[in-house]
Amino acid sequence: MTALLDRTVADRPAALEVRDVVKTFHVSRSASGNNRLRALDGINLSVGRGETLGLVGESGCGKSTLARTLMLLEKPDSGSVTFDGQDPFSLKGKDLLSWRRRVQMVFQDPFASLNARMTAGDIISEPWATHRGLHRTSREREARLAELLQLVGLRASDARKSPQEFSGGQRQRIGIARALALNPELIILDEPVSALDLSVQAQVLNLLNDLQQQLGVSYIFISHDLSVVRHVTDRVAVMYLGRIIETGTTEDVFERPLHPYTAALMSASPKLDPAARPAERIVLKGELPSPLDPPSGCRFRTRCWKAQDICAAEAPRKRTAAEAGRTVLPMPALRRPGLPVEHLAECHFPLAVPAGPDAARE
Amino acid sequence: MTMTSTAETSAGRTAACPVVLRVEGLDVDIRTPAGTVRAVSNAGFEARAGQTLALLGESGCGKSMTAKAVAGLLDPVAHVAGGSAELEGRDLLRMTPKQRRKVAGAELGIVFQDALTALNPVYPVGVQLGEAFRIHHGASAARAREQAVQLMRRVGIPEPESRVNAYPHQFSGGMRQRILIAMAVALSPRLLIADEPTTALDVTVQAQIMDLLRSLREEGDMAVVLITHDLAVVAEEADDVVVMYAGTVAEQGPVGQVFANPRHPYTKGLLESVPVDAERGSSLASIPGSPPELKNIPAGCVYQDRCPLAQAVCRQERPVLREVAPGRRAACHFSDSLATASTLEEIQP
Repeated sequence: MTALLDRTVADRPAALEVRDVVKTFHVSRSASGNNRLRALDGINLSVGRGETLGLVGESGCGKSTLARTLMLLEKPDSGSVTFDGQDPFSLKGKDLLSWRRRVQMVFQDPFASLNARMTAGDIISEPWATHRGLHRTSREREARLAELLQLVGLRASDARKSPQEFSGGQRQRIGIARALALNPELIILDEPVSALDLSVQAQVLNLLNDLQQQLGVSYIFISHDLSVVRHVTDRVAVMYLGRIIETGTTEDVFERPLHPYTAALMSASPKLDPAARPAERIVLKGELPSPLDPPSGCRFRTRCWKAQDICAAEAPRKRTAAEAGRTVLPMPALRRPGLPVEHLAECHFPLAVPAGPDAARE
Repeated sequence: MTMTSTAETSAGRTAACPVVLRVEGLDVDIRTPAGTVRAVSNAGFEARAGQTLALLGESGCGKSMTAKAVAGLLDPVAHVAGGSAELEGRDLLRMTPKQRRKVAGAELGIVFQDALTALNPVYPVGVQLGEAFRIHHGASAARAREQAVQLMRRVGIPEPESRVNAYPHQFSGGMRQRILIAMAVALSPRLLIADEPTTALDVTVQAQIMDLLRSLREEGDMAVVLITHDLAVVAEEADDVVVMYAGTVAEQGPVGQVFANPRHPYTKGLLESVPVDAERGSSLASIPGSPPELKNIPAGCVYQDRCPLAQAVCRQERPVLREVAPGRRAACHFSDSLATASTLEEIQP
């Protein structure tokens, strides 16, 4: 808790704002005759400066489409993305280029995301070939390259090696150095440690944490590993079939989930510490429905043990923890202007008792 | 909505259960252009009926290679160079191919990690599930299909009668994994090897598959060898654990004891690398460096380059896997000091 409070700087404006973003893909016709796949269905989120937002959800829930939209690799059908109040989809030429500099990405697979025919130095300095204004002379570029290598814990001499000569963890460091080359303000980390072995994973997580403290960069951290998300994020957004169904501070979402899906997710993830294990585990029936034919009303109702008639008829609105019948202690220090740190869930029947089997037995 | 108790692990049960698989001194060599390298060196463990033994380790540590050697499924470039693997008293490694085919499926089942590549895409799942009955029991096609439907029902595939003629691509990842498990347990084998059975699956589906494996194990009193890199899965599912590093067994014993009080610095380092409720943003303990390549495994202890305890003796002499407590073995020169110290820094060898 104290760590969370310490890191909360008041008056920190939201850097990235996503409002009602909808993205539909056209696919070949499904069984029901639908050929429109709604990957994102009204996404709202914001990321503050120097903050880490975790994005969790099962495969197919739209996490990667959201990341691609934020990288301007997909154009949303409707809704807006703004960074510092600027809408990148209305920008052109130089302005667009300078916007792109501010948002960078680190990919999941350090073996596939580095060109094997380039040296580490070429890979890290390649962004400067596009963003020519950043480091004009070759001496400047060389100095910056050495600085970046040192920043991610590699040696300056490593610049001449090719990716095959590095281990998985070192390759991911190169990927991070490449993302940092343009001094971004936001880095999207798409499963940055899931391809790494446990002993190496901790090294990379520590590096990401140190870099954030040094540089004040914001992260969007996409992962399916809940213990990692819990360790590195300030706030968490839980996605299910193209919608964010619960948001809140990491502690609220993990300790006191409101949405039954979040509760099931937390309960299902294996825990090392026997004391942290639920006495009885919530095991959901079935699997994620096809995003081509999402259930009517609440998307989660087909797997939810609390579902009633209203859940099929009506999409749930956002409800706060207080509306779920919980006593919420006021925490003024946590409130940041422009940032929704309330604990919200889209559910008709949010869990009144924090998670666990008691709630499930109702 | 179903509720299940989380797995219980008790050391007390161990002694009572008969040993199904006993692996001793297993060596596996791989031929490479640069010469022969040893991928598994002197591995040994016992899997007991009705219990789960976890082979735990990072990629390249030899855990899958060990299991493949036991199952007789090694790549052509790899071969068993020594040791034995006895399944209920008979050495699998010394069987003729004909004897092996009789054992495969009937006494030893295996579940692979990637269900999409492990299933044949051009045959309906019913045909693939029924194969075991046709080959081993000489069942007719119609009878095999009937038994395939029963199997599908047993592993929780909805509407098995209508799904039996569907092809693998028509199933979701979790359902495909259920089909693979059904194939492996079709003939009620004594031993089930599960190679990372849930790594490709989402966490809610992983919980379902682990439930299924546990109930099948109890039903058939099978011995399960679970290969995984996930410490939390081991903590929840396994009775005993074998921690492997660079082709050797670092430590083994009952999961509860090994995780509560590791006797090898590698196990301790792994456990400390897991972000468990550590304070947000706090620095995680990590093991420096990365595992050695198979062709450069150092003389002496295989873990010396990353070990905070490494001394001169570790560079000269490879520690043997020896008993450090009843039912527990570790391969470290300093495992006795680890028994009492709470942090690695406290140890002054």
